[in-house]
Amino acid sequence: MPDFDLVIVGAGIVGCACALEAARAGLRVVIVERGVVGGGTTAAGMGHVVVMDDSPAQLALTAYSRSLWRTMAPELPGGVEYESRGTLWIAADDEEMAEVFSKQTTYAQAGIASQVLDPRELAEAEPYLRSGLAGALLVPDDGVLYPPVAAEYFLCEARRLGVVFLSDHEVVRCGKGRIQFANGTSIESERILLASGASIDLLPSLPIQKRKGHLLITDRYPGVVSHQLVELGYLKSAHKLTADSVAFNIQPRLTGQLLIGSSRQYGDESREINHAILRSMLERAIEYMPCLKGLSGIRVWTGHRAATADKLPLIGPTADPTLFLAMGFEGLGITNAPGAAVLAIDALLGRASIIDAAPYLPSRIQQEAVHA
Amino acid sequence: MKPADVLVIGAGPAGLAAATAASRNGCRVAMLDDNPAAGGQIWRADITRPHDEDPARAAAIADFHTSGAALLPGRRIVDVPSPSTLLAEAGGHFETYRWDRLILATGARERFLPFPGWTLPGVFGAGGLQALVKGGYPVAGKRIVVAGTGPLLLAVAAHLREYGASIVTVVEQASTLQMLPFAASLLRSPGKLLQGAGYRRTLGATPYQTGCWPISGQGDETLRSVTLTNGRRTWTVECDLLACGFHLVPNTELAQLLGCTLQGSFVQVDSQQQTSVAGIYCAGEPTGIAGVDAAQVQGEIAGLAAADCSPPPTRLLARRAKEAAFGRRLTHAFRLRPEVLKLASQETIVCRCEDVTFSQLQTRSNWTDAKLHTRCGMGPCQGRICGSATEALFGWQLTSVRAPLFPIPVSAFCDESSSLNAPSAR
Repeated sequence: MPDFDLVIVGAGIVGCACALEAARAGLRVVIVERGVVGGGTTAAGMGHVVVMDDSPAQLALTAYSRSLWRTMAPELPGGVEYESRGTLWIAADDEEMAEVFSKQTTYAQAGIASQVLDPRELAEAEPYLRSGLAGALLVPDDGVLYPPVAAEYFLCEARRLGVVFLSDHEVVRCGKGRIQFANGTSIESERILLASGASIDLLPSLPIQKRKGHLLITDRYPGVVSHQLVELGYLKSAHKLTADSVAFNIQPRLTGQLLIGSSRQYGDESREINHAILRSMLERAIEYMPCLKGLSGIRVWTGHRAATADKLPLIGPTADPTLFLAMGFEGLGITNAPGAAVLAIDALLGRASIIDAAPYLPSRIQQEAVHA
Repeated sequence: MKPADVLVIGAGPAGLAAATAASRNGCRVAMLDDNPAAGGQIWRADITRPHDEDPARAAAIADFHTSGAALLPGRRIVDVPSPSTLLAEAGGHFETYRWDRLILATGARERFLPFPGWTLPGVFGAGGLQALVKGGYPVAGKRIVVAGTGPLLLAVAAHLREYGASIVTVVEQASTLQMLPFAASLLRSPGKLLQGAGYRRTLGATPYQTGCWPISGQGDETLRSVTLTNGRRTWTVECDLLACGFHLVPNTELAQLLGCTLQGSFVQVDSQQQTSVAGIYCAGEPTGIAGVDAAQVQGEIAGLAAADCSPPPTRLLARRAKEAAFGRRLTHAFRLRPEVLKLASQETIVCRCEDVTFSQLQTRSNWTDAKLHTRCGMGPCQGRICGSATEALFGWQLTSVRAPLFPIPVSAFCDESSSLNAPSAR
């Protein structure tokens, strides 16, 4: 095994983006994956590229990352299916409409374009939504993409720059400058970057909880949904850290297929479909868009998000000087992959970042929790 | 003690035998099938000739009805909402079924292998075209090439000919040499021989060419000709339709969704046909492609086991062993030659739902990788067609089965569906 400056564990979208960023910085990189590229947390999600304003730090990272996606959009291969349709944050009542206005103010202060739609404009934008909605905030520069192919694109670019990729390599131990594989072999490296999504077997003490989600994909119905639709109530439900919740969330794919979500559950690490949750998730969706009832659903699946207590990722060094993290992205791993990659490699090289990296440092959460 | 509720999925030979045996031994039995009548694929009722009844089918259905078991046709299992319930679609509405014992008799489907032109209109599965004809699709006067592999080809050709089709040729990819042990086994089982002889009589002078296979289909809007080869020489024949199937692959999706362990491509069962999940039995082609006689004896053993009549009678075990041996000879005789796995060109579509070409798949490492990165098998058929092709072409093991088994309206996951137990037919 040749010498490497950096071993990246996990070839999901975050690990692959980090590999590309590290290769661009001139590092000799090997990226190892136990399964296939983008086959874990990356494969389970919707691919929404979205600016979120849950906290100033979340807004900063999502806005920065989205700008990186928009810059690279023209170079992305067709298979990535990147489309900038724009998110519609839908307000069901006056209380949620007040949130629309405050969200618009926040976005404006951050230089994020957005536009308030009244009920008539909302109905024109999305004629299949139910009547009686209060309005929406349109964030036109948000996008959607197909995550596994995006991950593979980053990996291909990285490999062109000399990055070595080892698939079917399951890591059983990592830290203290060493990666040990299930097959008994190992790699020594002064830098290890853990990007294993929702899988924290290697560092069970990480302050990450698995948050299960369900998704359904329909057959092809081009034109039924034009934007990426999210209910504003999503914010309320997504914020609950303990209870199970569902929210109306639809992403249209380039093919005309609709991805219908979303659900959030703690304490269920199984891959099984929970039919009660699935049912309430779909009932919620039908409540907002009655025509969904008759659309043909072709597949349902589940996945796990890697959630932290403050809903911010863990990017940067740990108490083990050889070990760095790019983990804990909850539902924003696809959006944040390019930004997180820059921050992670900056941290690794001791460079200053374009945005303040402090809010994402693993050390913000109890130091002892991130000992290797 | 309340009699056990036995639910049988599939009303082909295995399902009918299982339901009959369980019902005769005191269980309340309901048998579900997605077709409008019992019989499965092999005994599919012919709407154009309602009185032209296969005696084996008639006997099996008569026994079933006498046993008191109930047939619930027109119902397709789409999901497993909880470990002991099934969700069935019935003409646009949904029903939930519970069971104490479940018998899976879900049969098999044809294997398709991609070659240039296989997606042209006018190209059908061999069994698929036969089923269409039984449903009233006219083939009179049509020039038809029957191609692929397996004993089904001759049966299909004979059947099409009875309906006025002109059979251009029947080409079987297996060589005569390869099929010899199978022919010998037919001699050992006279019943099967008679059936085979019947085919030959009906076919008359129709050429049956062994060691030949199709390499491409031509046509702009629709199929006009098929190019065939015997490996040394290629030639093109004009035709209107191509009926093409490469033997059978088991329907194991429901078993997988229920958590039953597979052994290779087949559902693993014990000596009583019980799967790895207690209380769930499996009989017929999903446990190994061995034909109608194997399906019937396995069905009977499964039905008896579900009714707690164990151990199974020695005569059944002996018959099962004999039929399993026949199945092994069948598999050996009609094993695919390497050439038919190399027919696709770079541009040939392999996954029709998602338009994935052979060249896109060539670089992938396994089924999951192919699904994620090309969307192969992610369309409405959920890989039922391309999955068995890629398994043969690339040796990929199909890993996951996801609900629903067939596309269903979004509302079907929400409806408070009528919950019913296997109804009492007595």
